[in-house]
Amino acid sequence: MRSKIFLRKLFLNLPIWIFAILWLLPFIALVIMSIKPYTEVILSGWWSIGGNYTLKNYIEVLTNPSYNFLRGLGNSFIISSLSTVIPIIFAAMLAYSLNYLSFKYKTLLFILILFFMSVPQQMVVIPLFNLYVKVGLHDTLLGIILLHSAWGVPWIAFFMRNYFKMIPQSLIEAARVDGAPESTIFFRILMPVSIPALIAASAIQFTWVWGDFFYAMVFLPTPANYVVTQRLALLKGQYHIDWGLLSAGAILTMLPPLLMYVAFKKYFVRGFIGWGVKG
Amino acid sequence: MKIKGIKDLVIFLGPPLAILAIFVFYPILGTIIISFLSGSSFTFENYRAVLFETIPLKALIVANPGPYPPWGALVHNAVWIVIAVPTVVLLGMVLAYTLRKIFGSSIVLGIIFLGMVLPGVVSGLIIRFMFDGYIGIFPRIFSLFNIPLLSSTWTIYPETALFALILGSIWLWLGFSVTLYSAGLDSIPSSLIEAALIDGASEREIFTKIIVPQLKPVTIVVTLMTVMWILKIFDIVYVVTGGGPGGASTVLALIMYMYFASALEHNKAAAVAVILAALTLIPAYWYIRMVLSGEKL
Repeated sequence: MRSKIFLRKLFLNLPIWIFAILWLLPFIALVIMSIKPYTEVILSGWWSIGGNYTLKNYIEVLTNPSYNFLRGLGNSFIISSLSTVIPIIFAAMLAYSLNYLSFKYKTLLFILILFFMSVPQQMVVIPLFNLYVKVGLHDTLLGIILLHSAWGVPWIAFFMRNYFKMIPQSLIEAARVDGAPESTIFFRILMPVSIPALIAASAIQFTWVWGDFFYAMVFLPTPANYVVTQRLALLKGQYHIDWGLLSAGAILTMLPPLLMYVAFKKYFVRGFIGWGVKG
Repeated sequence: MKIKGIKDLVIFLGPPLAILAIFVFYPILGTIIISFLSGSSFTFENYRAVLFETIPLKALIVANPGPYPPWGALVHNAVWIVIAVPTVVLLGMVLAYTLRKIFGSSIVLGIIFLGMVLPGVVSGLIIRFMFDGYIGIFPRIFSLFNIPLLSSTWTIYPETALFALILGSIWLWLGFSVTLYSAGLDSIPSSLIEAALIDGASEREIFTKIIVPQLKPVTIVVTLMTVMWILKIFDIVYVVTGGGPGGASTVLALIMYMYFASALEHNKAAAVAVILAALTLIPAYWYIRMVLSGEKL
């Protein structure tokens, strides 16, 4: 009987674990390729454990001036951090208004926010492109930061609003009875209890902005302004592909979101669930 | 008191609404208007032109001379949805259910979720690698079975390019589905399953008669979100195939970019964007209705 249960367990566990390892295999291959000379990968495959290991690919990607990867990483850091902080503040204010202030057309505003969440990026670039060229925001980091920030506001506002709903209403009402101004309630009472939601939203927003490619392609045409995703796309030649360089570049590009994910895994997953399951 | 209320509204609502108005609302309206402008007249000409365009890298419906088979981006997006959505839903549901009986399920879940965190360009490169003729996993496996068509680089042949992308997208997106289903399973009361067990229901009956119906709201959300994601897909296609070879793997978002960047035909680009937005509005409408009906309860 014991062994039968054990067999059953094994029968269930084994396929799933094989599945998980297969799912992970492309990542494993990427890591191996990035620390091997590419000639060896071609000759004996990335799956052969022997041979030489080297950091040459990483050094090449980071120091070769024609790739300029460091600049790309720097630009991405500036854009992603600012495009996370700004919309978080704005979206929290919007969510606060939706939950605790009374005004006309509240439902309409809420529907509009849900609608903005689902609009494709392609739907805003042409008029903004013309506007940016006119006012000198085209090809500037500031221009794309403003766009990313605005683009983040709807989903973060929806997310924060769902979180605020779980906070007992009495907390706010008690403060109002005590005569606290709304700004005090917002900054001193609501924000401190919302830290988990703020972390979740920040982690996800940072990851999305970091991974953005479309907006960058439209609004940052000059190589000096390229973000890291543009740099990585350039690294892949049209016909010849050096997988050694490319995998090193890919790992450098995904490292910040990956670290974010490892550090805030719980919040991350909860954030995505918040999207799907009604708050 | 009244004036204080208005002041609060201006302070809290003003800045977010201003930034939304300038960077989201105004450009949406602008795109719609631009899409109807041709020269200085107000017409459907741009829509007609983009829908019946047959140049392979710009075709929406039929491409001529086409790749094999000669379809355009709209058809590619549709094929993508037809293959990927059921796979993601089914695989996600079964995996989430099985994971509950597994050692280290949170690690497995963490691995599958990884795809959701990757920048699109990185995902694209990994997909390109998976289907590389020399070192990629899929062609290596098929070469063991001696199937020549599937043993070379999938992304450079018109017969296989789109399918490489579709399979890759499933690899990326499964994490979303499994995560939502796991959360959905957590919310099913265990008393429901215990009662069925006492009544003598088999494992299979419990899954099909209790679990699947209970998970229906999750299934709807996963389906809607996946459809929206596939309609908007851009990065991985741009990086892996660029819509090629010969337009065999174009998608709507890529066509919009082609009009916008390569040829500077902004009016036609706007028309494609509006078509794309209109299509995403269908699942979005269902999603919004679901959220609002949840509110009333």
